[in-house]
Amino acid sequence: MANPTARPLGKRVLLMGTCLCDAFYDDVARATVEVLEHLGLSVDFPENQTCCSQPAFNSGDWTASRKVARHCAEVFAGELPVIVPSGSCAAMNRHGNLLQFEENPEPAIDSLASRTWEVIDFIVNGLGIKTWPGKFETPTRLAFHRSCHSRGTGTGDAVLTLLSSIENAEIIPFGQAEQCCGFGGTFCVTFPHISGRMGTLKLDHILDIHPDLLVGIDMSCLMHLNGLAQSQGRQIPQLHAIQVLRNTLKTP
Amino acid sequence: MIGTQLIDEYARAISDEKQAAVIDGSSKGTEHRYHVLHKDYQDPDALRKLAASIKDHTLHHLGDYLAKAEQALVARGAKVHFAATGEDARQTILSILQSHGVTRLTKSKSMAAEEIHLNPFLIENGVECLESDLGEFIIQLDNDEPSHIVKPIIHKNRREIARTFLREGIAADYNDDPETITRRARVHLRAKYMEAQAGITGANFVCADTGRLTLVTNEGNSRFGMAPVPVHIALVGIEKIIPREQDLAVFLNLLGRSATGQQLTVYTEFIHGPRSANQPDGPEHMHVVFMDNGRTDVLASNCKEILRCIRCGACQNVCPVYRQASGHAYRSTYGGPVGAVLSPLLFGDRFPELADLPKASSLCGACNEVCPVDIPIPDLLLRLRDKAHHAHIHSPAAIPMSPFGTLATSPSLWRTAMTMSKAMNHLPIQVAPIKPLQDWLGQRTLPESHGGDFRKWYKSRRKT
Repeated sequence: MANPTARPLGKRVLLMGTCLCDAFYDDVARATVEVLEHLGLSVDFPENQTCCSQPAFNSGDWTASRKVARHCAEVFAGELPVIVPSGSCAAMNRHGNLLQFEENPEPAIDSLASRTWEVIDFIVNGLGIKTWPGKFETPTRLAFHRSCHSRGTGTGDAVLTLLSSIENAEIIPFGQAEQCCGFGGTFCVTFPHISGRMGTLKLDHILDIHPDLLVGIDMSCLMHLNGLAQSQGRQIPQLHAIQVLRNTLKTP
Repeated sequence: MIGTQLIDEYARAISDEKQAAVIDGSSKGTEHRYHVLHKDYQDPDALRKLAASIKDHTLHHLGDYLAKAEQALVARGAKVHFAATGEDARQTILSILQSHGVTRLTKSKSMAAEEIHLNPFLIENGVECLESDLGEFIIQLDNDEPSHIVKPIIHKNRREIARTFLREGIAADYNDDPETITRRARVHLRAKYMEAQAGITGANFVCADTGRLTLVTNEGNSRFGMAPVPVHIALVGIEKIIPREQDLAVFLNLLGRSATGQQLTVYTEFIHGPRSANQPDGPEHMHVVFMDNGRTDVLASNCKEILRCIRCGACQNVCPVYRQASGHAYRSTYGGPVGAVLSPLLFGDRFPELADLPKASSLCGACNEVCPVDIPIPDLLLRLRDKAHHAHIHSPAAIPMSPFGTLATSPSLWRTAMTMSKAMNHLPIQVAPIKPLQDWLGQRTLPESHGGDFRKWYKSRRKT
């Protein structure tokens, strides 16, 4: 893992929008831009970006995934911080890429690793913002799903720091929080039974605390959990943490 | 044609009773184990990393440390044997037993012995061989296989065990009270200890500086097994060496806490050679069999970190896939995350057959988080997936990734695909003959496509 303290900061950043936001969750990418701009940053979105390469990497096809990772590193070349609203894509840039290039390291890949931030980690640990001037209109119970790929990073605590500082927000812990939701990329369709059971268990624990809102940092986990919940007729509103930050911002 | 993953199939077919036992046995105590480690150590991660570096150092100099351990053991009067393969180990042990005229023995729990199926081999060769660990004893009665490193019968409930005891005549009546079951097993086993002529054990650690073997149990069965017999044989994987006795302070503190949430197991035995002249009892003959059985191949691979493993079972307990599928789904001695790495490598000739094991993971990393020797299990699973791909071993449910590679390196094609994906909102995707899509839709709804919408928004506001 690249050194977390040695990442560049600055007033200009590059947005890595993620393939899931590109295809389904445009509002999450939009919220990322809006929050970062609110914080006084200028956000560039390199339009040749596609995907971080993780689907092929996790499938073991490193020939395909290295090709995609090289493309990604080229699109985000330079010295600017790369901000991504996904703990999983951030982990791919910062760790997975180093693994798939461990035998023949490439400077562009190392550079991308050393400049990538998961967005909430960036706001709290990069920009040093520890409280969020936001407000829910009514008292709101939040369940926060710490996505697995942010284990061992600053993201989980960063989200808790900001969410808990929002007026009227209460974060309620739920059982077996360390357990995976069962998404796991292609795992969720190659191991459909186990994945479904894992997701159902996760939903059981979350719904047990009767939250008003489920907050995540990876749309992949939320897509899977929401898809399961809808099929099982037990829906729960859910948002990416960056959407919560934007939505609760008190207008001056 | 895309088929089904064996481990997923296994999890689907498993009985509710077995699955409930596995889920209960593995998830129960997770918070306690975590709490014990964090209560006693301000920074358990530092301890885990220290343990990892001691193991890495030892493995890097394994030849030297093995020679040192051998020298120290011989100096204490033990006989040391080296076995390159499982078959070598089995034959070595059999000939030791034969040279001492042993026909009855007790055996305490040893994963190395499980790995080479020592028990059935000895029984086939006329040696009565009784498992003295309660869990392994029940496995032996049921002609079953252990499904967990520390809790071999995690997949059984007490009703099943009570039925077994009744069937085997160990109990006169059906009683599924755990204490009664344990007491009945104890009565049965105590008599057997006294009839035995040898005791076989494994070893959790062997200190190279003194040759001292360390054994941990919660039942004291290895002590019982050794007390009345003249011959002790320890079967030890070569990766069990640690450099110095003082290193035990690191490993014993981590092992109990990670395995069961105990600060120390109930029994910790230090065995320093056969009975000496001034000791009143204990075996007069001590044999240590160091077994390779594929370990040097693992050491030469890009997954050598797995040899740090101290067999605590923490990764199995915390693994969501293990919990759903049970250890038996992994079709080898070692199940769960450690097994998904170790089994395909250790049993190298079975690699093609076991190449699906590393895929049975969402790569959630819970295993690494609890590992007392900080094995980067998800990284190793990924390296093995790459290895299988290179060897052209395709697991049945694999989704071909080269189309993705092409799409994700052609920005204009990618953008077109994103925009076109909106058509999915209006097409009857429920009947599209695409297996992964159907596997998704089997249990989940698909979100509405907003393909390319963010790009459009981003561009439009640049213009204004």
